[in-house]
Amino acid sequence: MGWEDFAAAFLNLAIMREASPILVQGLVQTILLSLLVVPLGLIGGTALALLSTVRHPLVRWPLMAWVDVFRALPPLVLLVFLYAGLPFAGLELPAWGAVAIGFFLNTGAYYGEILRAGIESVPREQMEAARSTGLTGGQAMAYVVLPQAVRNVLPDLISNTLEVVKLTSIASVVALPELLYQARQAQSVTYNASPIVAAAAVYSVLLWPVVRLLSRLENRQLAARR
Amino acid sequence: MREARSAREGPAVTAWERFADSFFNARVAAEYLPKIVDGFWLTVTLALGIVATGLAAGLALALVRSLGLRPLNWLIVFVVDLFRALPPLVVIALLFFGLPAAGMQLSGFASTWLALSLVLMAFAEEIFWAGITSVPKGQWEAARSTGLTFLQTLRFVVLPQAVRLTIPPLTNRTIAITKGTALASVVAVQEILGAAHAGVSFSFNPTPLTLGALAYLVLFLPVVVFGRWVETRFAWRR
Amino acid sequence: MTRPIIEARGVHKHFGALHVLKGVDLVVAERELVFVIGPSGSGKSTLLRCLNRLEEPSAGSIVVDGIDLLDRRTDINAARRRIGMVFQGFNLYPHMTALGNVTLALRKVLGLPRAEAEARGRAALERVHLADRADHYPGQLSGGQQQRVAIARAIALEPRVMLFDEPTSALDPELVGGVLAVMRELREDGMTMVVVSHEMGFARAAADRVLFMADGMVVEEGTPGEIFGAPRHERTRTFISQIERT
Repeated sequence: MGWEDFAAAFLNLAIMREASPILVQGLVQTILLSLLVVPLGLIGGTALALLSTVRHPLVRWPLMAWVDVFRALPPLVLLVFLYAGLPFAGLELPAWGAVAIGFFLNTGAYYGEILRAGIESVPREQMEAARSTGLTGGQAMAYVVLPQAVRNVLPDLISNTLEVVKLTSIASVVALPELLYQARQAQSVTYNASPIVAAAAVYSVLLWPVVRLLSRLENRQLAARR
Repeated sequence: MREARSAREGPAVTAWERFADSFFNARVAAEYLPKIVDGFWLTVTLALGIVATGLAAGLALALVRSLGLRPLNWLIVFVVDLFRALPPLVVIALLFFGLPAAGMQLSGFASTWLALSLVLMAFAEEIFWAGITSVPKGQWEAARSTGLTFLQTLRFVVLPQAVRLTIPPLTNRTIAITKGTALASVVAVQEILGAAHAGVSFSFNPTPLTLGALAYLVLFLPVVVFGRWVETRFAWRR
Repeated sequence: MTRPIIEARGVHKHFGALHVLKGVDLVVAERELVFVIGPSGSGKSTLLRCLNRLEEPSAGSIVVDGIDLLDRRTDINAARRRIGMVFQGFNLYPHMTALGNVTLALRKVLGLPRAEAEARGRAALERVHLADRADHYPGQLSGGQQQRVAIARAIALEPRVMLFDEPTSALDPELVGGVLAVMRELREDGMTMVVVSHEMGFARAAADRVLFMADGMVVEEGTPGEIFGAPRHERTRTFISQIERT
């Protein structure tokens, strides 16, 4: 196979141009989806992390089980279960709803673990110092502990957010018309791989700066652990 | 997938009975359990294959990078960045739906294996590399001053320290990427999710999905707990 | 003077725009102990690191034990095992026991079988009085003990020359004595040594010759009596009075 055949099959500009309107639509959906599921995951994760500061075994163990179960289940399994399984229980979720709930459960568990580690990395004395100035437990957590916790685990938070944005591509499986879904549609209509190549290019160009940033942060973090 | 959603007509029963009959149906479970078990072993095979090739390729790239050959290192960084930025499902789609246009047909299994191996390779290279560079310069100098060669120093002095440092992040990343084997169901591989999903379509009952979810828990829950243990076990004491 | 075992001539070293060594000569006879002193940034550590080519000199010639170190055809790894080096930060391998640290090069560079390497390793640890610590990891040893293991790691290879790069400056004061005692014993056994250090007491008692370096050059050299008792240069005088005050 020569270069021209290859270019015609994978880098076909005519087909890419033809597919570009629906690819743009897909990109918009991917961005909207990310703007939905990242905050959802952060909210769920913060709730889990705050709960984990409760030392009582009746909170601790169920919490750990919850987090581990949702970290063990592949997100696609969760999504398919919500979308194709729940209707049998009389609960029909639209694709958006299934994606939102699935990501809330899965992503929340990951964010929760990261934030928990962050809270544990803040010395206990910080809480004590804040309380000694008359702040309530909630205020001390919000103004003193959490900001430091977030700063300490910022690389992990960014890394997880990158993974979440990439993970939105599985919404294509439940026919939510995001970038990968639209690229697949265009590919199956034209029987040409160029739309998928275009989608891959969009992902990598948009996410590349984040990857670069992370690689710097992670190098520094690992070096500091010695 | 949609056809299953309207197929839940039945005699008037209590909500719980209907729920149990739907999600924990013994007859359906018995019928589809063998398929799920087959899927389970397929998932295990796929996962082990990805871990083996992904980690080996990642380590190899990190070692090549440590030689410090400029143009080669730019290429490595480019490949690593690319596969960190691309969603795994996009890579699978490219290989499975794209390659036939080039007259090359990869099976769904091979596509998933190759795609996730590349993704794991990228993340593993990054982690190994960070580990190698975090070993202090003095370790290199001490070893070289006793006459060890570059490669001997890498092998006996630097890598053992680097690997220890990289075990927790590497374990977590490997687990996360291995869970991506479920994506193979999208390209018609009858691994756990694929088998379960097919079972739902055939039986008009979601019990196979319940079984599938349980199978994933059986497989990955111990792995996640293991990852937790690794994190405390190898926590850097200082 | 017997024949020189180290002969470095006109050594220059640039780090980018920085000219760290400006034509240094260093000739060391067999069984001689040469002390190199000087303010930080004077290039004394860089000079030492050129002597086993951990730093690549920009110009000059360095011959150690008849081997031209800067000749491209020289097997630098074979040369290095004749030149032991001890570092300021010990640089022990944290994932290996004391014995493991000492035997690694015996096995991988000299190719000795494990049993023989361990016998030689234990003998080396014996010489630094740490035979009972053979199975300890660096993290379980004091700084002084770690530095003595590092010395054992170097002498186990039976080098012709030993280079010491500020071997005691990372140590708590009470741990310095043990390391100096081991160095003194090495000297008595006839080891050729080049020592970069500020241990003036040790220099007075044990050194044959002292070099004072500043700004990448050797300002003056002489016996300890000459350098400490009657320095000829103003810079030497200032430096020594500052050191002695602390």
